[in-house]
Order: sequence, then C-alpha cells, then structure tokens
Amino acid sequence: MSNQVLHALYDDDDVLLNAVKEVREHKHHIEEIYTPFPVHGLDKAMGLEGTRIAIMAFIYGCIGLGVAITMINFIMIEDWPQNIGGKPSFSFLENLPAFVPVIFEMTVFFAAHLMVITFYMRSRLWPFKEAENPNPLTTDDKFLMEVEINGNEEELTALLKKTGAIEITIPQNHEE
Amino acid sequence: MYTFPNKLKNIARALMILGFIGLVFGFLGAPKNITEAKAMVATEHHGEGHGEAAEHHEEASEAHAEDTHAEEAHATEAHAETAHDEGSHDEHLLHQLQNKPWAALYVAAFFFFMIPLGVLAFYAIQRAAQAGWSPVLYRVMEGITGYLLPGGIIVIVILALSGMHFNHLFIWMDPEVVAHDKLIAGKVAFLNVPFFLGRAIFFLAGWSLYRYFSRKFSLAQDQATDISNHKKNFRISAAFLVFYIVTESIMSWDWIMSIDPHWFSTLFGWYVFASMFVSGITAIALVTIYLKSQGYLELVNDSHIHDLGKFMFGISVFWTYLWFSQFMLIWYSNIPEEVTYFITRIEDYNITFFGMVAMNFVFPLLILMNSDYKRTNYFIIMAGIVIILGHYLDVFNMIMPSAVGDQWFIGVAEIGGFLFFLGLFIYTVFTELTKAPLLAKGDPYMGESERFHY
Repeated sequence: MSNQVLHALYDDDDVLLNAVKEVREHKHHIEEIYTPFPVHGLDKAMGLEGTRIAIMAFIYGCIGLGVAITMINFIMIEDWPQNIGGKPSFSFLENLPAFVPVIFEMTVFFAAHLMVITFYMRSRLWPFKEAENPNPLTTDDKFLMEVEINGNEEELTALLKKTGAIEITIPQNHEE
Repeated sequence: MYTFPNKLKNIARALMILGFIGLVFGFLGAPKNITEAKAMVATEHHGEGHGEAAEHHEEASEAHAEDTHAEEAHATEAHAETAHDEGSHDEHLLHQLQNKPWAALYVAAFFFFMIPLGVLAFYAIQRAAQAGWSPVLYRVMEGITGYLLPGGIIVIVILALSGMHFNHLFIWMDPEVVAHDKLIAGKVAFLNVPFFLGRAIFFLAGWSLYRYFSRKFSLAQDQATDISNHKKNFRISAAFLVFYIVTESIMSWDWIMSIDPHWFSTLFGWYVFASMFVSGITAIALVTIYLKSQGYLELVNDSHIHDLGKFMFGISVFWTYLWFSQFMLIWYSNIPEEVTYFITRIEDYNITFFGMVAMNFVFPLLILMNSDYKRTNYFIIMAGIVIILGHYLDVFNMIMPSAVGDQWFIGVAEIGGFLFFLGLFIYTVFTELTKAPLLAKGDPYMGESERFHY
C-alpha cells in the first residue's frame, strides 16, 4: 500500500504554495507536483535539493573549450597553415585573437547542447515519449499535487480540502 | 540617520594626507630641464631604449624578427625618430617625465570620478526601469553620486590646467604641435581648448543637474502622500539616460581618447562606459556591505548582494567583450596608425595590459560564477577590490602610454594619487550618506524590495 497516492487539484499557484507548506508541516510526503508553468519558490517549499546542472554546465563548457582549442590548432596551425590577411598561421599563440571567437562559440555550443541533453536524460524525456502527466488539466490552468497515502486517507483528505483543493481523487490503477 | 564613524573619517583623512604627500613628492621629483631628465633616465637603466635611433631599430627588429607586425611598427617608429634630431628626442623625454606626476594625478582623479558617474547611470536605470529589487539601495547610490560634482570639478580643473600649458598631457593643446601636424590640424574645429572646456562644463552641469533633481525628488518622496515625486523621478531618469549615453561617449573621446589625437576607436565610448559601470556597481556593493556590517541597512538581504554580484559578474564579461572587440579588429586589420596603440601597450605595458585582463575578467569570472559565492560577502569584497584595482589599471593603460610612454612606473606619485582620491571619495560619500535616512521609505516599490528574495 505504500505506493498508493492521492491527487489534489488546485486552481491557483499561491493557494498551491501555501498548501505545500501546510502538507509538509503535517509530515506528509509529496511525491510530485504537476503545474502548467514554473511556480516561483515551489522547489524551496517542497524542500527539493538545488540543481546540479550548473556544475555540469561548467564542465561541459570546459570540454568545449578544450575541443575548440584542439580542433582549431589542428585545422589552422598543424594540418593546413594559411596566410590570412598577412598573418601566417605558424604559431597558435600569435594567432590566438583570431581564434577567440571560434573558441568562445564552441564553449557556448558544448555547454548549451550537452546541458539540454543532460536535462532530458535526467528527466527521462525523449521524442515520442508517452506523457506521464496524470491529469491533462495541468497543462492548461490547474495544479496537481500527488501525496503519498499511508492509511491516513480521511485525515489527508480533510487537510487538503482545508488548504483549498478543488478536487481530490485516488487513482485506482496507480500500482499497475 | 547615519553618522560618519570617526574611525572611518580618520582613515579617509590619513589616506588623503598620505596621498597628498605622495603626489607632492611626485611633482617635486619631476625634472626641470633636459639635463635632469637625461640624468634620471641614465640612472634608471632605461638607457637602451633611448639610444641612437638606428641602433634602436636594429635591436628591435632583431628581437622581433619573427613578429612581423611588431617589426613593421618599429620601422615606422624608428622612421619617426630619425626624422627628428637628437634635441627634440630629449625634449620629448623631458615632457614625458614632466607629465608623469600629472598623469598620475589625472588617472586617479578620473578613475574616482567615473565611479559616481557609473553609479548615476545605474541609478537612473533603476529609476527608469521602475526596478522592484533595488529601492533599499537607493540611498547608498545617492551617497556615492555625491562625489560626482566635487570629483568632476577636480577633473575639469586638471583639464583647464592642461589647457593653460602646465603639462603636456594633451599634445593637441600645444599650437606648436598642431602647426606641424596635418592630422591634428584637421581636427582643430573640435579639438580646441575653449570648446573642449566648454563641453566638459556642459557635461558635468547636465549630470549634476540630474543628480540634484533626482536626489531632491527622492527625499521629497519620503514625506509625500502620493507618488508624484516618484513619477517625476521616472521621467527625468529616462531623459537623463539619453543625455548620458551621448555625453558620456563624447566625454570619453575628449578626456581620454584625445590624449592620443591620431588614434581613434569607434567603440571607445562604450568601452569606457563598461569600465565605469562595473566600477560603480562594485562600489555600491562594497559600500552596502560595509554599512550592513555596521548594523545599518537592515532591509538589505543576501539576495540584494546576490543581484549586485550578478551585475559585477555580467558587466565584467561585458567589459571584456568590448576590450576584446576593440583589440581584435585593430589587431586583425593591422593599419599602422591604429595598431601602434596596442603595440605600445603590449610592448611597454605588457604587465599592466594583460594583468588588467586577468583582474577584470578571469578573476571575477571564476570567483563570481558560483551562485552561492555571490551571496557571500567575503567573495564579493574580494572580487570587488580586485575589480576596482583592475579598472584603475584600465584607466592607467588608457592614459599613461600616450602621456609618459615607456617611462611609466607605479610609484609614489601613482599610489599617492590613488590613495588621495580614495580618501576624498570615502570622505565625500560617507558625509553625503549622513545627510538623509538610509532608507528611502516613501518609495512605492519599497515593499517589493524589502521582500525581495531569490
């Protein structure tokens, strides 16, 4: 029974935010919240850990920097040095100013794309994936809170009603 | 109300006295005539750079045989040198050495003047954007802009003294030079002393008028029952920003770029703006953290510091973008009259030129990248001090190479100038802070600013 959950639907983000605080004060476990848009302060109210994607962004940026330097050094200096605008490419350092824009763009490119891919993988999202969203209303204008039930259904329902939930349901096939 | 603590007052006074002594020392140490100048250079082992012009060329081209563009520039330099006789070369050296204390004074005066000017622009942006996060900082910004008028008057006095030929900072002010220089002669309609000083006074008057009225409306808003003062402030701030960006550009050409009257850069106004903007924001952060540590500014929380940190980070990157854009285009096109600007900086000012990039870009980039560090006062102060010193070096690099050439040194006069104006800045700013409550309590966005969190 530990996996059984209860769905509470809200129609306002401020009401939802207060409800989250209330529910957590009463030591209930919130499994997930579905919202049509990012609600400011919701992650803190839910007590979610801070994201670590910033660290990955930095690492990806460093990888991009390294790849770009290696690449442009091979292309412009080692493999086929050319005389462009009276600046013969025989030394990486002396031609560095011309390479900076390329290196910068590659750094941004790597950081941005790898970060998006990481985010998708971490969120288990991929093209043509079936939506996990329990209620399509949460893509429109409603907010849904999924709370774990531990045999305290009545108490929890009463609490959620009090916090301003407009509809409370218990999905039957959740365990399957 | 804030009272200026005696301890800080004494520190400011001590800085001014120390700095003044340093400046006097610098002025007394300047050579009076050519013999003295030559003797000074001989004892300082700068000799090899000032030998026979032909020798100089040979040496230079040997040392830079593989560096084609450097060689080219040396060729033109050497050519210029051979064109003159030995006497004019010595006179040039004398002028450079006589310029040294003046340039030290001017660099520091301009640097500390540009901080309140940058803060004023930042303040006007907050007003014009009707920002909700920053009203708790308005009085800090108004306090810093209190230095605008005294600092500006000092700079204009120095410019006027240059116009009266007390120094040779601006060579186009010398009719003798203009007579032999076709390029400068073509610019005389714009670059002449009366028009130059007239512009300077007009700019400072415009900025000071905005500062006066915005401060007046801001104080009036504290007592007001409606928001008419706030609205007036919004309107004059928007108008000021238009006036500011035009006048700031012209100011940067006048007061800095014209020291090199042959050279020009089309993004110079932006470049100077970025420098003053980031210095100003850093000054706001440092003053705020200081006041907060003294138990004032109760409503400022770490989210406000975080936002200032973001601006310090962002505008540091913006400054680097402009620095690099200016450098790369000139480096790539390699047009002699443009590229000499960077050749002198890279050859004679290597350490300050690249050191400045490390201080203004690499250090803040790495230190302030982390979100948590931007909320920690210690990191903001550390990054802030490096940014302030880095942008002092930036102004140094803009003015010194044309004023004193390779005779530069960060010595008693330079440090003295920095300390003197730092003391004067602290004294003026904190005196201004005592004149009004530190909370602009009548601001309609105060509630939002108070609850501001990240």
